[in-house]
Amino acid sequence: MSGQSTYEPKSAITRWMDKRLPVSRLVWDSFVDYPTPRNLNYWWTFGGILSLCLGVQIITGIILAMHYQVGPGAFASVEHIMRDVNYGWMIRYIHANGASMFFVAVYVHMLRGLYYGSYKAPREVLWLLGCVIYLLMMATAFMGYVLPWGQMSFWGAKVITNLFGALPLVGKPITIWLWGGYAVDYPTLNRFFSLHYLLPFMIAGVVILHIWALHVAGQNNPTGVEPKSKADTVAFTPYATVKDGFAMSLFLIMFALFVFYLPNALGHADNYTEANPLKTPPHIVPEWYFLPFYAILRAIPDKLTGVLAMFGAIACLFALPWLDTSKVKSMRYRPQAKLYFVIFIVACVVLGFCGAHAPDDQVIPGLSAFQLLDSNINSFVWLSRIAALYYFAYFLVITPLLGLRETPLAVPESIAAPALSHPAE
Amino acid sequence: MLRKVTVWAAALGVLGALAVTPVIAATTHEEPAKVHWSFEGPFGTFDQQQLQRGLKVYREVCSACHSMNLVSFQALGDPGGPFFEAKYKKSSENPYVKAFAKDFQIDDVDTDTGDKIKRPGTPADHFPAPFANEYAAKASNGGAIPPDMSLLAKAREGGPAYIYSIVSAEGYKAPPAGLTLTPGQHYNIYMPGDLSGAWTGDPNKVPIGGVIAMPPPLADNKVTYDDGTKATQDQEAKDVAAFLYWAAEPKQDQRKQIGLAVMIYLLVFTGLLYAVYRKVWKNESH
Ligand code: HEC
Ligand code: HEM
Repeated sequence: MSGQSTYEPKSAITRWMDKRLPVSRLVWDSFVDYPTPRNLNYWWTFGGILSLCLGVQIITGIILAMHYQVGPGAFASVEHIMRDVNYGWMIRYIHANGASMFFVAVYVHMLRGLYYGSYKAPREVLWLLGCVIYLLMMATAFMGYVLPWGQMSFWGAKVITNLFGALPLVGKPITIWLWGGYAVDYPTLNRFFSLHYLLPFMIAGVVILHIWALHVAGQNNPTGVEPKSKADTVAFTPYATVKDGFAMSLFLIMFALFVFYLPNALGHADNYTEANPLKTPPHIVPEWYFLPFYAILRAIPDKLTGVLAMFGAIACLFALPWLDTSKVKSMRYRPQAKLYFVIFIVACVVLGFCGAHAPDDQVIPGLSAFQLLDSNINSFVWLSRIAALYYFAYFLVITPLLGLRETPLAVPESIAAPALSHPAE
Repeated sequence: MLRKVTVWAAALGVLGALAVTPVIAATTHEEPAKVHWSFEGPFGTFDQQQLQRGLKVYREVCSACHSMNLVSFQALGDPGGPFFEAKYKKSSENPYVKAFAKDFQIDDVDTDTGDKIKRPGTPADHFPAPFANEYAAKASNGGAIPPDMSLLAKAREGGPAYIYSIVSAEGYKAPPAGLTLTPGQHYNIYMPGDLSGAWTGDPNKVPIGGVIAMPPPLADNKVTYDDGTKATQDQEAKDVAAFLYWAAEPKQDQRKQIGLAVMIYLLVFTGLLYAVYRKVWKNESH
């Protein structure tokens, strides 16, 4: 935190360096001596896990880029990586599954923030920077998925870039500008590759700001009560490092299970067929991590409104620090908020399922129900409308009102005050 | 209040779970038959004999129409492949690979005259395609293009079981009365399709499956196996499907082998980290 630095250079070289560029002091103050709340649980290990994911994507990505070809040879070059490059299959499966792992981690990380009120003062900027990282991640993953130039790459790119065409006046010029022509084609692929290489480094830059903001405000903790004295904190090293390390290792086990035993489980079979602009696949579905937003998009019949709703769903996250009126940070002491939060998670999962199905498919097979407006009530489009309504209500109605009307439980005086669940032996 | 909302959440959860049931679309097909594969599960590996038999079926039957552009001859001699033998460190030096490649005629250019020529294949060459281009493929197959087989087993839901099912004796059925097929079309219950347009019977009983432009490619004794296995249609279908899975995922054996080492390493490492974690936090409440 912003306290006094306790770093003491031990050797002549480090003393010399410390007077000129105190990098070791920075590292010492940020990752060794840095005080962390002693009651952090495993939900707090996902920040470290996310840094690991970014590192893995950048390293494997750079190796892939050494063998990947943009243009008509794109699809074959990915297969060249899979078949001829030494351990190329491993690099590619790590990169492809790594994107999914990255999103698993970021969703847990964000829900953690939502539950424990980590976006509230004094951490608003920290939260906003996180939202920027999330946006950049989505852009990166979307463009990365286009690179292998399979059927889903191509048709996914087409569906998503066409969304911009819904904007009035500027829509058409923007899509042509994005495509670099009049259709999704090799020029589009070429610029996506360039941007897919660039954006992860922009993410890395914003991550540095994110951690800087973290170290100014200090970490939140499960009680939401700010640390008041030394008794509330422990040093980052060894306490947080070893806990983060253990959690990362567990995460890597799950990661390795996918890479080595289920490498294509999260992908779509159609992406092993080369892109063909003349043959539309029967179901165009994005990667699982975009499905909730895809469901919101399709819940609304008007294309422009759908696009706005989809971006609005993300805008809610940005606005959250100013939508929440609660004085209490952690939902641990907000029983009502806890319940609405659980329903929020369910709504997001339901939206995900809706995104994977054709809008007119029946939710309960064989059940005939009545027609409401444009669709049968027993259809995924109606289910996604209900879930999307809850999604927006959670941010725009429930969160602001609940903070004013609920009666929270008693909040502890300090972190160390309540009997901690694991007392010292 | 608490109870009410929990019930609500549970109800939504059930709805969510229901939603996992497979996508029901306008197209229908039978689920691929269950087949036992040697490469199933975390320890399963390719059965080299089966790959050799499947290669023979591909070469003598399927390759008349289906290309396999991404597969090189020398891949056949890589670890896990049909011709692999540990004593040949480089698969390009494997005599089976060399002999196999030599039997193919590959398009090339005479560097002295610039003329187009054919020359015998080398291990580095890929399987040559049966048709010069898509138009030729279409013209010979009633307007349909036989898909390239390099990745077919990964490019279809159901993978090798789907391929097996299509070409097994269970796939092709005589079209039920009321289903009108155009010449060159065949009815196959495993082929995804929507037959409502071609169906004149009860609209609630549209036959499951679809039409396929490929005539039934397999029959009993379509090939003669070198290892003495009886070449029933079922055996041929299984063998070629297993071979095509190898063609799509040739590094599968290596992947699982390395995976095992990685998992053991990670489990031990995680255990050690847990012990250190317990020790470090022992005297701190949290
Ligand atoms: C006479 C040419 C011919 C031969 C020989 C042939 N096929 Fe085909 N195959 C086709 C054509 C044409 C199609 C495309 C059918 C369509 O799209 O309607 C096809 C499609 C397929 C499909 C369906 C792919 C899909 O789109 O889902 C499979 C599976 C298949 N072939 C397997 C085989 C196997 C295995 C063999 C060898 C045992 C074989 N074929 C031999 C012509 C052939
Ligand atoms: C934020 C980090 C990143 C994310 C989330 C990400 C995501 C993705 C995704 C989803 C794919 C498609 C995978 C597939 O199905 O094949 C992909 C492909 C690719 N990425 Fe990345 N990526 C990241 C960073 C990078 C970096 C830093 C580079 C290079 C410097 C890179 C280079 C590539 C290349 C060359 C491909 C095409 C090869 C392939 O498809 O396997 N990526 N990326």
